[in-house]
Amino acid sequence: MRVLIPSALHSYTGRAWVEAGGTTAGAVLDDLDRQFPGIRFRMVDERGCLRRHIRLFAQRQAVADLAAPLPADGELLIVQALSGG
Amino acid sequence: MGAEDSTQGRQVLLVATRKGAWIFHADAARRTWRVDGPHFLGHTIHHLVLDPRDGRTLLAAAKTGHIGPTVFRSTDLGGSWREAAAPPAFGPARDGLPARAVDHTFWLAPGHADEPGVWYAGTSPQGLFRSPDGGATWGPFSCINDDAQYRRWFGTVQDGTPDGPKLHSILVDPRDPRHLYFAMSGGGVHESHDGGDSFAPLVDGMEVVEGFDVADVTFHDPHCVRLCPGNPDRLYQQNHCGIYRLDRPGTRWRRIGRNMPAAVGDVGFPLVVHPRDDRCLWVFPMDGSDVWPRTAPGGRPAVYASRDGGETWQRHDAGLPAGQAWWTVKRQAMTADGGERVDLYLGTTSGELWQGRDEGRHWECLARHLPEIYAVEAACPR
Repeated sequence: MRVLIPSALHSYTGRAWVEAGGTTAGAVLDDLDRQFPGIRFRMVDERGCLRRHIRLFAQRQAVADLAAPLPADGELLIVQALSGG
Repeated sequence: MGAEDSTQGRQVLLVATRKGAWIFHADAARRTWRVDGPHFLGHTIHHLVLDPRDGRTLLAAAKTGHIGPTVFRSTDLGGSWREAAAPPAFGPARDGLPARAVDHTFWLAPGHADEPGVWYAGTSPQGLFRSPDGGATWGPFSCINDDAQYRRWFGTVQDGTPDGPKLHSILVDPRDPRHLYFAMSGGGVHESHDGGDSFAPLVDGMEVVEGFDVADVTFHDPHCVRLCPGNPDRLYQQNHCGIYRLDRPGTRWRRIGRNMPAAVGDVGFPLVVHPRDDRCLWVFPMDGSDVWPRTAPGGRPAVYASRDGGETWQRHDAGLPAGQAWWTVKRQAMTADGGERVDLYLGTTSGELWQGRDEGRHWECLARHLPEIYAVEAACPR
């Protein structure tokens, strides 16, 4: 599926949209890490939790459970919330 | 670290800030400086350290405000950077203790001279990590990260610094790679004689905030501990509650900050030792009265030097602002070079970088308008 990468992680992908495989958000992130080593740890900590400012959306719905099935043929939007100055 | 013979020229200052890193290159006389940067603009860089063993491996502890922590590595003085393949990260939960996640790597320390490629890292929350390969891969080190007793000593977020509790001041005895120290804010000073297989507290003589139990290691808050390169049996410490000296094999810290002027006090964050003379150290006092402003007392910044192991202190403020300068200098943001005539350097949270010539007797501003400075290291690339 197409995956939107936030600007802070373009240093890994070189572009905003990439292709990655997987039926869950966790699997898609694993595939991203295979293609772009190190990118997953910037979004998911060693406990398997999404980091504080990372949000995932599929079909306009927030994805909180990395193990939940994603809609087929959709897009996964990875969004970096901003806070602070 | 970073204390090498600067008379060979090419000295650099490695400046880590809340919004990126800068490298200042000196001429041979350390009179003029060329600035290189920013590196990692927008990333929080907690520490930028050059390996004194090879003079070329440069590590940066990095985190943006919004994505996770990592370590970057350069072997061409920042010309190019590569991310660690496995940055510091805690292992899975075990023994019924809650799993933890590294928020940021705070402290980087090259290992012993006989162990090229070995580095240590201290994190927030408190964790100790080791790299065997020049910072390319990192793993949890020693028992402490998942030890029930140490977990209690780590305390909670409420016990740590505003930016999170930290493990810092990782010290390697130059005579013995198995003799290690580290300190925690909060959580005391700790020592290992067996290469990190075990650690034990080393807090006797250290004071805690009134009302807390001095016997509870949790409440001890060393801000910065240094080992004298000229005498590894002597350590100095800037603590939340004073300035201390420890002469091994003794185990009791002595509060040498009692000898500071009462109006100035002995609260602060950084402490710098002379590269060769174990009697010589410098501190940057900050206001620890009532609400603890932690700014230069009276708005008049000064470095205090002792040249007799802390028995007497001399104020050095020539060239520094005479008033209305409410500086804060963080624990990693003051250092000395290794020159025959030692110069000092400090960076403020208001983004100014200063050089204190002749052991801090005469100060000059090197740079203004940088982001909040977290760390300053002097080094000599080869």
